Amino acid sequence: MVLLDILNKIFNRDAVSSKDIARERLRLVLVHDRASVSPEFLNALKEDLIKVIREYLDIDEDALMVNLENEENSVALVANIPVKGFKRAVGV
Amino acid sequence: MKGKVIVITSGKGGVGKTTTTANLGTALAMMNQKVVLIDTDIGLRNLDVVMGLENRIVFDIVDVVNGNCKLKQALIKDKRFEGLYLLPAAQTKDKSAVSPHQMKNLTNELRNSFDFILVDCPAGIEQGFKNAIAGADDAIVVATPEVSSVRDADRIIGLLEAAGLNNPRLIINRLRSKMVKRGDMMDIGDIIEILSIELLGVVPEDETIVISTNKGEPAVIENNSRAGAAYRRIARRIMGENVPIESLDDTGNLVDRFRKMLKLAR
Repeated sequence: MVLLDILNKIFNRDAVSSKDIARERLRLVLVHDRASVSPEFLNALKEDLIKVIREYLDIDEDALMVNLENEENSVALVANIPVKGFKRAVGV
Repeated sequence: MKGKVIVITSGKGGVGKTTTTANLGTALAMMNQKVVLIDTDIGLRNLDVVMGLENRIVFDIVDVVNGNCKLKQALIKDKRFEGLYLLPAAQTKDKSAVSPHQMKNLTNELRNSFDFILVDCPAGIEQGFKNAIAGADDAIVVATPEVSSVRDADRIIGLLEAAGLNNPRLIINRLRSKMVKRGDMMDIGDIIEILSIELLGVVPEDETIVISTNKGEPAVIENNSRAGAAYRRIARRIMGENVPIESLDDTGNLVDRFRKMLKLAR
């Protein structure tokens, strides 16, 4: 195993350098850090979402959940928005 | 005189705030500027030992804000450099011994008699940080090329901007060009891209920093200190000179080095 490591080093077969790992990990952790720097951030986002969705759907605003979640190698904005009913289609 | 107040901060401890403050202050004084260094790390003061002035402390910053002495009495004159002074922190009090409002008044008073007021900020984001940035016009963020330091720098940049210090500039400290070259350390471009902030300078990892700190003599006075030279260049940038960011590649082959030497000689 050690010998293999040495051979890999000699032939530069280390596919990912450790600085690339560092950069990727930082990028992910900072997305989360920056979003949570202000607790107002998610609330502001939530309120704007409600404003937009209300135009189209009748939603349960109190049960609405918006969160940033760390997936394996990405950060996702996950929203759970209970729909109470659809607005009657207008026009076309 | 209307001096400029610059806070040197980082979030994470041990990345070189105090060393940076001491060296930039000394370099600016060597450029005939009138400079005062303020240690705001109350309870954990160190700028005094790094500057080699620890035996000359009579009064400190807490004495000044409490009115136990006049501001002038607490300023320690560095006899080696014309126009360089230190206002030491108190060692036996805690951060709450000074308020942001008092810091603002203090730095404003110093503006009248100095060109530069460099504020050495404690680690962390609590009271000590808030005190240190209270009177500042500009901020310098120090970070080393490590995930923990860059992450904390990002947080600090956010807090500085929230406090109205909108264009902090970055010093990347302790860069090891050999590790960068083999892909085991983030390079300047990586860090600048992640933090999206203006680069003020890069200081290489350098043993002469340890030696000069042992002696209490800032590295900028050593002609053959690479870190000292980097700090001197940063000081020139602070003065508004356009000094290009140096290439820190010290691993060039013999021919390259020889060529460089010839260029220097010319």
